[in-house]
Amino acid sequence: MDMLKSLLVILMTSVLVNNYVLSKFLGICPFLGVSKKLDQASGMGAAVICVMMLATAATWPIQYYLLEPNGLGYMRTIVFILVIAALVQLIEMILKRYIPSLHASLGIYLPLITTNCAVLGVTINNINDGYTFLESMVNSLGCGLGFLLAMVLFAGVRSRLEEANPPKSFEGLPITLVAASIVALSFFGFAGLVDGLFA
Amino acid sequence: MNPILSAVIIVAAIGLFCAVILVIASKFFAVKEDERYLKIRSCLPGANCGACGYAGCDGYAKALAENSCTKTNLCTPGADAAARQIASVLGVEAEDVIEQVAVIHCYGDCNHTSNKMDYVGIRSCEAATLLYGGDGKCVYGCIGLGDCVRVCPEGAICIENGIAHIDTRKCIGCGLCTKACPRGLISVIKDVDTVLVTCNNTEKGAAVRGKCTNGCIGCKKCEKNCASGAIKVENNLARIDYELCTNCGECAKNCPVGCILVSDFQGLHRYVEKV
Repeated sequence: MDMLKSLLVILMTSVLVNNYVLSKFLGICPFLGVSKKLDQASGMGAAVICVMMLATAATWPIQYYLLEPNGLGYMRTIVFILVIAALVQLIEMILKRYIPSLHASLGIYLPLITTNCAVLGVTINNINDGYTFLESMVNSLGCGLGFLLAMVLFAGVRSRLEEANPPKSFEGLPITLVAASIVALSFFGFAGLVDGLFA
Repeated sequence: MNPILSAVIIVAAIGLFCAVILVIASKFFAVKEDERYLKIRSCLPGANCGACGYAGCDGYAKALAENSCTKTNLCTPGADAAARQIASVLGVEAEDVIEQVAVIHCYGDCNHTSNKMDYVGIRSCEAATLLYGGDGKCVYGCIGLGDCVRVCPEGAICIENGIAHIDTRKCIGCGLCTKACPRGLISVIKDVDTVLVTCNNTEKGAAVRGKCTNGCIGCKKCEKNCASGAIKVENNLARIDYELCTNCGECAKNCPVGCILVSDFQGLHRYVEKV
């Protein structure tokens, strides 16, 4: 029961409190780039969840069974980049071969994710926080869900921005960044929420 | 073992392992491309200009192979030859391509107009426009620094005597230059149209006259002499509605400054010559 509780805490923390986009500011590029339309935003979010889970499943064993025994824990950043890039390419090939419809909807986002810092961030933070394999998987699921949540929320904000009529100098990216910062601010309201929920 | 050496070896080994996996996967998971797609792709000229409305030649070929409603005559660079080949691959009736050619609405070369300053900045029209509207007296005309020359995939544009000229024999009508020109001087017209207004200045007659001897002064003589009502002076500038124009050339004969030209663009295209 205690384990389930701790996993739930990890999940809720990574979705709401430590949201990768809105409080750690990782993965801002797709957050601003692909959040114009809701279907694109949710497609990207779904792809990120898959890649984060798979990347964690691949990098956690590498860290603990290959790098650490050889005293190379400090090399994880470069090794993880390598592994994640290869993994995403592999997933893209497999999707293209066996699930073309999913490839058509997710395919264009996969190369974007290859070098996404949120994915790398999750895998590295899993190691830094000393999570077990199961905890790491739950954490990456939570981070992916948090990314999806942020994308979907912001797609709604963006659609309102399209119709708004800001001053000329604020049009386009400036007003988007202002809106993003306000959305990020609202997520700070979740700080301390999780501890209270499961106390 | 030396820690640097072991780090290098392990990272290289991981990289090699990933590479091997990817190579095997690319063989194992290779997707068979649609045969018609490959055939259609080889019919297209590969200019990737986007004139068809798809993202490059690959996109158009894909659309043709997958969707039978896609029109076969959208490739202007490939012209009739490509349209016929595509139609024969798909087994449908060939439709002729409406061939297009880019034209420049300015003939203010060094003989007609002069500079108001010596521009020594970046050799780009876009940069020059930002500095007091360019170095020429006329802020509507061709700057002659060749932004269009640089985007032309066929090398059809050259700068001569201070303005850009389009070689209609080489022009494939892709329209990339229309987007490159910061003044919006270039438009793409059907090659069966022959009449062209070579001025873009919307100032009043006297002001234009002081700047360029080729400028449209908005006298409306062309408008009065046009039997089909195709040419209209709006904003002190003559504009031709090519839907109505019959290519009679009356406007050109009556233009006092000679800024309306008649020239035959038809049958000059490179791809037509090949057929």
